[in-house]
Amino acid sequence: MDAEFFRAWLTEAGTVIEAQRDHLTQLDAAIGDADHGINLARGFSAIATALDQTATPTPGSVLILAGSTLISKVGGASGPLYGMALRQAGKSLGDTAEADLIALAASLEAALAGVQKLGAAREGEKTMVDALAPAVGALQQAISDGADATVALAAAAGAVAEGALATISMQALKGRASYLGPRSVGHEDPGAASTAIIMGALRDVARQLAP
Amino acid sequence: MKKLINAPESVVTDALAGIAAAHPSLAVDIENKVITRAGEPTQGKVGLVSGGGSGHEPLHGGFVGYGMLDAACPGEVFTSPVPDQMLAATRAVNGGAGVLHIVKNYTGDVLNFQMAAELAEDDGIEVVPVVVNDDVAVQDSLYTAGRRGVGATVFVEKIAGALAERGASLSDVAAVANEVNERSRSFGVALTSCTVPAAGKPTFELGESEIELGIGIHGEPGRHRGPLVPASEITAVALDAIHADLPLTGDVLVMVNGMGGTPLVELYVVYNEVHKYITGKGARITRNLVGNYITSLEMQGFSVTVCQLTDTLARLWDAPVDTPALRWGR
Repeated sequence: MDAEFFRAWLTEAGTVIEAQRDHLTQLDAAIGDADHGINLARGFSAIATALDQTATPTPGSVLILAGSTLISKVGGASGPLYGMALRQAGKSLGDTAEADLIALAASLEAALAGVQKLGAAREGEKTMVDALAPAVGALQQAISDGADATVALAAAAGAVAEGALATISMQALKGRASYLGPRSVGHEDPGAASTAIIMGALRDVARQLAP
Repeated sequence: MKKLINAPESVVTDALAGIAAAHPSLAVDIENKVITRAGEPTQGKVGLVSGGGSGHEPLHGGFVGYGMLDAACPGEVFTSPVPDQMLAATRAVNGGAGVLHIVKNYTGDVLNFQMAAELAEDDGIEVVPVVVNDDVAVQDSLYTAGRRGVGATVFVEKIAGALAERGASLSDVAAVANEVNERSRSFGVALTSCTVPAAGKPTFELGESEIELGIGIHGEPGRHRGPLVPASEITAVALDAIHADLPLTGDVLVMVNGMGGTPLVELYVVYNEVHKYITGKGARITRNLVGNYITSLEMQGFSVTVCQLTDTLARLWDAPVDTPALRWGR
């Protein structure tokens, strides 16, 4: 998976986020402040512009540029958290020109660690961690089972979607939804939902492009 | 959605251009979204920077000026600003004595200010953050992100700004800011929801005869929903919650704040009830504000904020201030 693959991933993620913008914002309206879809759509549109304007020869440089762009342009909690995730993933890939599945899994693990450190969130608190953590676990399991990129990333995308839906029954303990206490139960966490979209885009791009 | 805007995407920049045109005492960097006092920073004075989502006007830009803030960073509507803005503001107001960041306790605001403080420290600028968290409607426990920062932000900005103007050190200014926050409590009530321009529809639905008790300042749902009852009863719910957390005694500063869509005549109806309640508890309101100071777009409703004063805090409150939204004594 080269730099072109990672650019394609972020482009595809941006397309789906734009299409799901109002859905994500509605999820946020129920338990937050009704800006998640708007902010992420703005952020991924800024990523597209940045990738057009700046050369990104390696997978790591693509993700670091994307992360820095989100931190600079988005605001809210999602800007720093997704920005940190992408930057940590990019740093973990180093300056390799071609990332294999093991490197990709390690980079997602670095992304998860970055999000958890910045947001001080653990699993079960109704946040994006509840989507990302199962994806990392499923990807590592698929790799140890000997799966190829397409199969492994499909497993990760399946786990992230299940993880996002599992947030419906959770009570929020972090972020703005935590202010609602028990009233946060019964709603999907918007950050977990957008994480599922982004990982779904990774699966779809792997299907199209992976060798 | 009916709003006086040109386009949802340009609300913040169009408003900043209006602020620049209306207030020559301010310098407005529209592109980077930073409002500062016109002119160079005062050497040796601690700089005060605040910021947060737009839609709460006059907070924060309306409080930039002599005796209060040195800079404000407005984000998109209800979205925290980004570290680049806060860093630009911090650099612009640094007079060599360090910079205080006044942060309302929301996950996004805290994260972005934290990143900005790290960047500023790389520049050799000493930054101390003070996090405002006065909203008693939110349980402060391991099970939430902690109490929200609401009305006390106005008190913190005014009182810390007055002390900074006298040349106090960064640690002293931070200490008084924390003291004001610790001595202040707020509670908010919504009669209607509000509409984020880019979302185009109300954040939540409230029935014609329903009210939402314990709201924040972003149209987010509150503690619970109840029937519309007389102002005296609504006010009692708000002040019962405050009194249970911080007993109403001694001299207090009180703000009855409109959420953006409440007529002043109703705010005075509420103030009368607040005055009766607090006096009834044996406390004395020696300073007050009634009006729109920290709003939530066009929401109908109010918040009440109470601060237990000391002689020092009262003197700092009375000190001269000259900003677009608060002005006296100068």
